[in-house]
Amino acid sequence: MTVVVRIAAHVFKESVRDKVLYNLVLFAVMLMAASYLIGQLSAGQDVKIIKDLGLAATQVFGLFIAVFIGIGLVSKEVERRSIYSLLSKPVRRHELILGKYAGLVLTLAVNITVMAMALYLVLGYMSWTETEEFKQNWETPATDPALLQALFLIFIQLMLVTAVALFFSTFSSPILSAVLTFGLYVVGHFNTDLRNFENIVDSQAVGILAGVVYYLLPNLAPFDVKAQVVHAQPISFGYMALTSGYAGAYIGALLLAAIFIFSRRDFK
Amino acid sequence: MRATGWWERPASCAIVLMLLGGLSLSATVARDRLYAGEQTEAQLLYIPSGTVLERVALSFDALLADVYWVRALQHYGVTKRASGEKRYDLLGPLLDITTSLDPRFNVAYRFGAIFLAEAYPNGPGRADLAIALLEKGLAVMPDRWEYYMDIGFIYYWWLRDYEQSAAWFSRAANVPGSSWWLRSLAATTLAAGGSRELSRQLWQQMYDSADNDWIRNESARRLTQLRALGDIDQLIGAAQEFHRDTGRPPRSWAELVDAGLLVGIPIDPTGRPYVIDFSSQTINLSPESELYPLPGESLPPPPPSP
Repeated sequence: MTVVVRIAAHVFKESVRDKVLYNLVLFAVMLMAASYLIGQLSAGQDVKIIKDLGLAATQVFGLFIAVFIGIGLVSKEVERRSIYSLLSKPVRRHELILGKYAGLVLTLAVNITVMAMALYLVLGYMSWTETEEFKQNWETPATDPALLQALFLIFIQLMLVTAVALFFSTFSSPILSAVLTFGLYVVGHFNTDLRNFENIVDSQAVGILAGVVYYLLPNLAPFDVKAQVVHAQPISFGYMALTSGYAGAYIGALLLAAIFIFSRRDFK
Repeated sequence: MRATGWWERPASCAIVLMLLGGLSLSATVARDRLYAGEQTEAQLLYIPSGTVLERVALSFDALLADVYWVRALQHYGVTKRASGEKRYDLLGPLLDITTSLDPRFNVAYRFGAIFLAEAYPNGPGRADLAIALLEKGLAVMPDRWEYYMDIGFIYYWWLRDYEQSAAWFSRAANVPGSSWWLRSLAATTLAAGGSRELSRQLWQQMYDSADNDWIRNESARRLTQLRALGDIDQLIGAAQEFHRDTGRPPRSWAELVDAGLLVGIPIDPTGRPYVIDFSSQTINLSPESELYPLPGESLPPPPPSP
């Protein structure tokens, strides 16, 4: 366990050294600039748009970190040949995979926490500068705690994407891993269509195959509750728990597959 | 010692960069001024289907809806301010895409309906599209009594169909949590549809219950238009009195002032002088007035281009 924590801490330090957290500055500047500009353009919809923008930007920045760092977690060690010195130490292969994953998840957690704080700060400022009468027209308060539900599911989704990237990283090149991870991310938003495929095709076999693919591929659409939260639509605890549970099981399966493949790789 | 080129010295590099930046900026400004008519890009809808966009947007549909909302506002604002022929062709599609991407975008339905129903030249005069937009909103949020009320207003104000108007006000009144005055409004609309006093009451209620500045301002504008209509009635009375006294219609405001029927050149509530048309003997607002055109006197929209 200690080894996993040490590797995780190393991955986190490396991401700080690589200036990954600089994206936080960009995020904060973008939010502040947008809050000023959008107020002039959106006919009183500035708080809604800042919420939409803040949540979407958190997801996009997180996605890029998850994919572009995730794909290099293992393959970079192999390319640099530093994997030999790593494996010559008392580090077991599964510890390396788990530690790398935990380190990137920690980076994402810090990233999302700081972004959430920046978003709440901007929204709090907007709320503070508005009149009480104007605020009554908002569907939800500017600093609505329900935004945390959307941020939490974004984080869980990014954990899943990180696991996908790490999985591909154990057996393919960084470029191919990036293509495959982005491909799965896109497909993951469309695969609900596969569930209804059997109703529109004549062949039963194709329908069953589509059903199998539906359950096999990651279903990322349920993690998106941004619009519901912004429009004050309630997200039940049961929904959050089931969606998180799904992610937990899927991440577990991906990490297990990654460990299995990595354990059998020959680095001689 | 090796002689260094100017491109290696920071000061000379900075100067050349500034010169090139200035050149680029000047070229852009000149091109925008000289060839403004050729820039049609802003008028294009790259993907006209909201459903397709919603799928393509992955999980960023709400943010894309915001972008389309701002685009719809800009299209409406820029077209309204443009001189010459005004074409609001993209307003309907932009609002449709906005509400397809974010079906709970309340303001897009309510403001969008106001923009669409507004008569030419201040809008496309498409009450049908405005009603369709609000009905689209009702399909998603059937508990929004404001949408029923807005449809009732469109039937009352723009289409002058008082039976339909009363029916929609009645539907609004049946929604739990709706305003108490809607029930009596439905009855009064049927009994006195078209009367100016009822119109005034309607807009006053709208003004008092407005949940945002835009709707409040729009209601205030309508109330001011009704004041102008009252002014015009009085001016017509003065012109008729002049005709009775002199046996001929007035040829200018000055004649009415000289006859003691007016104290000066009459001006509308926004400060623009009223216009008298001697050929048709009608009195109206100046086309430059912010209140122009008055309801029922709007110009038809231009014919669609082939």
